[in-house]
Amino acid sequence: MSEETLKIPTMAELSAEGKSPEILFWVGCAGSYDDRYKAVTRAMIRILNKANINFAVLGTEESCTGDPARRAGDEFTFQMQAAMNIEVLNNYNIKNIVTACPHCFNTLKNEYPELGGNYDVIHHSQYLQKLINEGKVKFGGGEFKGKRITYHDSCYLGRANDIYEAPREVLEKLDAELVEMKRCKSKGLCCGAGGAQMFKDAEKGHKEVNIERAEEAVAARPDYVAVGCPFCMTMMGDGIKHFNKEKEIKVLDLSEFIVGAQDL
Amino acid sequence: MKQLEFFTSLFQIMFFVTALLVTAGIIFGRYKYIRRNIELGKEWKGTHNPAERLRLMILIAFGQKKMFARPFVGLMHFVIYAGFLLINIEILEIVVDGITGHHRIFAPLFGATIYQILIGFFELLAFGVLATCVIFLIRRNVVKIERFDKPEMKGWAHLDANLILIFEIVLMFFLFTMNATDSILQMRATDLVNNIDAEHYKVFDTPVRFLVSQALIPLYDGLTTTQLVLLERAAWWFHIIGIMGFAIYVTYSKHLHIFLAFPNVYFTRLQPNGEMNNMPSITKEVKITMGMEEPAADAGMEDEILSFGAKDITDLTWKNILDAYTCTQCGRCTDVCPANMTGKKLSPRKIVMNVRQRADEIGQRMDEMGEYYKPDDKMLYGDYVTKEELMACTSCNACVDACPVNINPLEPILEMRRYVAMEEADVPDAWKAMLTNVGNNGAPWAFAPTERFKWAEEMKNSNQ
Repeated sequence: MSEETLKIPTMAELSAEGKSPEILFWVGCAGSYDDRYKAVTRAMIRILNKANINFAVLGTEESCTGDPARRAGDEFTFQMQAAMNIEVLNNYNIKNIVTACPHCFNTLKNEYPELGGNYDVIHHSQYLQKLINEGKVKFGGGEFKGKRITYHDSCYLGRANDIYEAPREVLEKLDAELVEMKRCKSKGLCCGAGGAQMFKDAEKGHKEVNIERAEEAVAARPDYVAVGCPFCMTMMGDGIKHFNKEKEIKVLDLSEFIVGAQDL
Repeated sequence: MKQLEFFTSLFQIMFFVTALLVTAGIIFGRYKYIRRNIELGKEWKGTHNPAERLRLMILIAFGQKKMFARPFVGLMHFVIYAGFLLINIEILEIVVDGITGHHRIFAPLFGATIYQILIGFFELLAFGVLATCVIFLIRRNVVKIERFDKPEMKGWAHLDANLILIFEIVLMFFLFTMNATDSILQMRATDLVNNIDAEHYKVFDTPVRFLVSQALIPLYDGLTTTQLVLLERAAWWFHIIGIMGFAIYVTYSKHLHIFLAFPNVYFTRLQPNGEMNNMPSITKEVKITMGMEEPAADAGMEDEILSFGAKDITDLTWKNILDAYTCTQCGRCTDVCPANMTGKKLSPRKIVMNVRQRADEIGQRMDEMGEYYKPDDKMLYGDYVTKEELMACTSCNACVDACPVNINPLEPILEMRRYVAMEEADVPDAWKAMLTNVGNNGAPWAFAPTERFKWAEEMKNSNQ
């Protein structure tokens, strides 16, 4: 696909043309600013373009959902963010939201309704599964055929929202060997970054949580660690590096597997 | 036989009934005390969707579903649980015997064979309880399972756990002694050649022995009939008085879960685990700040001074306090806590235990001071729980998922964090920077909001 045809429509543009999108792709702060996670945003844009989905992004009108502020205890900052975002989303009459961040997903889906924001929110793992099931996204194993992949459950997808199967079903389409870590699904171990931990140093202890988790991932001898969360991405990436395994074990988001398999 | 007449006398019945009434009175007092302490918590709407709540209660409390996440321990615990539930039927007979002065009053109802099978079955359960309690004692004191050996498990918590197990072993031993000596007395009472005057023990035409306790018969067979009667009565009394004592003790112990597990699971928080509770008072304030709502005419005149988050148990909900009284300190929450397993001070179990300790401290002070009650100057946050513990939580919900009786240790942690952040403005500096960034730039990092869409430009410009 040539880059010229790649479309990244914003809500403002669509609205000016009097159109409305099927879905809003909520990029999130990590997807917008974090160098590693921007690649996930790009992968999602490619998939959405290839599948001819009528989507839009908010661009500069998007703002932090407020999740880290709320988890850090600052309800005021959270609700200010929520009120501003809800105003934007409601003005555009948004119905469906897809996001590649489980924290944004949880906040938009579970915490905005009480503040006046009611949307149908799904995580990109669920959305990708849906596109695959509808035949809108097709791919074979490609470079992942026969490779060992282990999926690291994000707490905010898993225990927080009971989503365990969608990411695994996406990965199953890769013709790869899915291996589970000792602690997985509802017993999965946190990467250490949830609850706003991403934004401060850990308290005194004898180990970093992501090292504990990366150790377990390495023990599963995978070629790839699959994640569905920007914080997990950072923490697992750092953890794998800690064991000097970054050459043998790559940490990829679900969307990046699809893009890799499709050779987009 | 004079002893026999004495033991079956009116005095015995009166003593039994008095013991029963005193026990009931003490337990009722404890019930009122604990209920009042739970009600120190704030209102919490946890009664919608009764059908789902009932389903959870049957599955998780009655059916012990979550205990089987660890199958081996789950099975052992189930043995004690089933034993406790079913042996209560035998205790019912003991209580009726005690009140009426009968001996094995249910026996004629079932006939010799069925009664023997029934009691044998109870004995089998009792043996299971005894054996499991011994294994549990070994696990706690010899094998040193890590979760039983954390700092919050020293002192009273450790002693309490051991006492409960020893209590149960002793109770089961008295049950077996009672049945074994009873079997011997039955034999002697029905022995036509050497008939003794123990008519009281004659239940059936042929004497019955029971599945497990018959193994103890050789141990007591050498005793005289008088000694046997004394031993049988002593065992009977220790068993039933022991059970009454146990019932009272439980209300002071972490063992309260045997009753509270049921209501606690019924009142489970049904929202998705990831959803934090809203603070409507702040919603109102935000709307006023954004000009979406006019301040109330009587603003600032309200009697109630708003305080954000939880500094004490009175700022938590009553469900949080019910959680604390339900906790049996098994430590499954702490075992799966990412902060705890990497050596941080946070232990979800300790937080839950602290809530109960603080509720007891306030409750006892209220009882002592009566109508002159005034609050002490202690707080849950600060005097029991430190900032270091609260800050270490990743809100991963592993503790919530792990609890076999649906206690939520995360809620009090996050409520106390709200107090630290909003009342004390005392969060770590890195968080202060993050909060400023969110407020000013709409992102937790120090990037300009105008750069938010730069990735699209980069993507369009790149020729990958």
